[in-house]
Amino acid sequence: MTSPHPVKSDPERVLRLPAEFPNKRIWWVLFLFALCLLGLFLVSVAVLFARGPGVWGNNIPVGWGFPIANYVWWLGIGHAGTLISAMLLLVGREWRNSLNRFAEAMTLFAVTCAGLYPILHLGRPWRFYWMAPYPSTMEVWPQFKSPLTWDFFAVLTYLIVSVLFWYIGIVPDLAGARDRATTRRWAIFFGLGALGWRGSAQHWQRWQRAYRVTAAIAVPLVVSVHSEISLLFAAGPVPGWNSSVFPPYFVMGAAFSGFAVVSMLAVWLRAMLGLKTLVTERHLDMLGILLLATGLLTAYGYLAEAWTAAWAGGRELQTLLDRFAGPYAWSYWGAVLANFGPLQLLWWKRWRTTPLVLFAIGTSAAVGMWCERYMLVVSSLYHDWLESSEGLFHATFWDWSLYAGTIGLFFTLFLLFVRFLPVISVFEIEEARHE
Amino acid sequence: MSERPLYALLGEFGSGKEVLAAAKAMRRAGCGPLDAFTPFPVDGLAEALGFSDCTVQTAAFVGGVVGAAAGFAMQMATNLDFPLWIGGRPLIAVPAFMLICFELLVLGAVLGAIGAMFVANRLPRLNHPMFEAPEFGLGSDRRFFLAVLAGPGFDRARAGRALAKLKPRAIIEVPEVG
Repeated sequence: MTSPHPVKSDPERVLRLPAEFPNKRIWWVLFLFALCLLGLFLVSVAVLFARGPGVWGNNIPVGWGFPIANYVWWLGIGHAGTLISAMLLLVGREWRNSLNRFAEAMTLFAVTCAGLYPILHLGRPWRFYWMAPYPSTMEVWPQFKSPLTWDFFAVLTYLIVSVLFWYIGIVPDLAGARDRATTRRWAIFFGLGALGWRGSAQHWQRWQRAYRVTAAIAVPLVVSVHSEISLLFAAGPVPGWNSSVFPPYFVMGAAFSGFAVVSMLAVWLRAMLGLKTLVTERHLDMLGILLLATGLLTAYGYLAEAWTAAWAGGRELQTLLDRFAGPYAWSYWGAVLANFGPLQLLWWKRWRTTPLVLFAIGTSAAVGMWCERYMLVVSSLYHDWLESSEGLFHATFWDWSLYAGTIGLFFTLFLLFVRFLPVISVFEIEEARHE
Repeated sequence: MSERPLYALLGEFGSGKEVLAAAKAMRRAGCGPLDAFTPFPVDGLAEALGFSDCTVQTAAFVGGVVGAAAGFAMQMATNLDFPLWIGGRPLIAVPAFMLICFELLVLGAVLGAIGAMFVANRLPRLNHPMFEAPEFGLGSDRRFFLAVLAGPGFDRARAGRALAKLKPRAIIEVPEVG
C-alpha cells in the first residue's frame, strides 16, 4: 500500500522500526548475550530434570528457597505493565500511550518466567497438570481450600488475560505497520498478525468496549493475583508469614518492583531506538513519581510488618529480630537499603528526569525487591518451633544459573519483541493528538 | 474494475473531524448503508453512523456470570465427590472458594468480551474487498475513509453525487472480491 507522506512523524517511525531498525549491531550483541543466558537456562533445566531438585540448595526446613522467591519476584515485576496500561487508561492519562505497549510486553515475559518456576519446583514437572481438576483414574481432585490451588488458577488467568489485553492492543498497530510495509515479507508478517483489521468504525466501537472492559477488570485482577500469592505465605502457620498485612504489602511491592523495571526499560529503549520525542522527560518524571509513591507504600509495609511482629511478641518477634541480626540479616538490610535508599533522590525532579539516575534507581529497587523476596522466604523457614528443625539455606550454582537463565529468557523474548513489533502504541498516540 | 459488482463507494477525507461531519451528512442523505475506516478510533463516529450494539458488554457480563458460577460449581462438586474431612472444617467453605470464583469470573468476562469483539467483527478475515482497493490503507494518520456500502437501499448515482458534495480528496470505487 502507498504512503503518500515523505515526512515521517515520530509515530510513523515506530511502525517502520522493524524494517529500518537502528543500532542493529547493539541489538545483536544484546541478543547474543541473552541467548547465552537462555542456553544457561536450558542447561540448568536439563540438569534439574536429570538429577532432581537436589541440585538446588532447597532442603528441609527451607523447602522453598530460590524457586519461590524468584517466582514472586518475577510475577511482581509483571504487574506493573498491567497497572500502567489498564489503570491509566481508565483514568484517562494519555501519557500512558508511550509506555503501555512495552510495559505490557514486559508483563507477558515476566509472567512467563514466573510461571515456569513453580512448575520446575515440583520435582516432577511433567506432572504439573495434576493441579488442574480433571477426572483422573486416581479419583481425587485438587485441594480447593489450599492457596497452592488458588495460585494455579490465578496465574493461569493472569497469563491469559495479559496476552489477550496486549494482543488486542497491538492489532491496530500491526494493521498500520502492514499498510506501511515496503516489502512483501513485512506486509505478510504484519498482515497475519493484524487478522485483517481495517479500522471500520463499527469494529472500533466494539474494540473500544472490549479493551475498556478488559482494562477495568484487569486492575482488580492484579490485586487479586498478588494478594493470592501472598496467601501462599500468609495462610501458613509460620512466624514471619502469618500476617494479615501481607496481601497489600505484596501488591505494593509488586507494583514497586515492576515500575522499577519499566523505568529501566524506558530509559534503555528511548536511548537505543531514538525515541526521545515519544518517551520524553515528562514520562521519566511520571515513572519516577510512580516509583517513589509505590516505594514509600512498600516502606510502610515494612513498618506495618515489624509493628505486627512486635505486637504479637513470642516467636513472631524472634523471627523479626532474626531478620534484623540473624544469618540472613544481609537480605533484610540489603532490601531496606537498596529499596529505599537511592529512592529518596526521586523527591527531586532533576534526578527523576536524568535517565541514568532513574535507571540506576530502578536497578537498585529491582535488586532490593529480590532481597526482600529472598528474605521473606528464607528467614522465616530456616528455623521452626522445634530446635530439631533448624537448618541454613545456601544457594548452589544451579540456583543461580537457573535464575540468570530466566533473566536470559526474559531478555531473549523482550529483544525479539523490540526487534519485530511496534514497541509503542502508535494509534493511541495519534488518537490523543487528534483530540 | 466495473465488471465486478461494487462493494462500496469510498470518499477519502483528511481528518477525523471531516469524516465525522461527512458521516452525519451522508446519513441524512440516506443513499445506502454506511461505514467508515480510520487509523484510530474517532470519537462519536460509530454513533454518527448509527452503530450501537451491546454484544461486547453483554458477552462480558454473561461470561463473568458463567465463569463465577462454573468456578463455584466446580469447587462444590469436587468437594462433594471426594470429601476431605479435615479438622471438622465445613466441606463447602464459601470464603475459601471465592478466590477461584473471582479468577474465573475475570477469565469468563475477558474471554467473553474479546471473543465477542472478534466474532461480531467477523475477524480474522484476511481477504476483504477493502484491501483490493489500491488507494485504501491505514498507512497514514491523515487518511480517513467514509464508505457507502452496496447494500439494501444503495443508489450508486445518488451516493456519488452526495459524496462529491462533501468535497472529499478522492472518490474511490471498491469492487467486490473475486
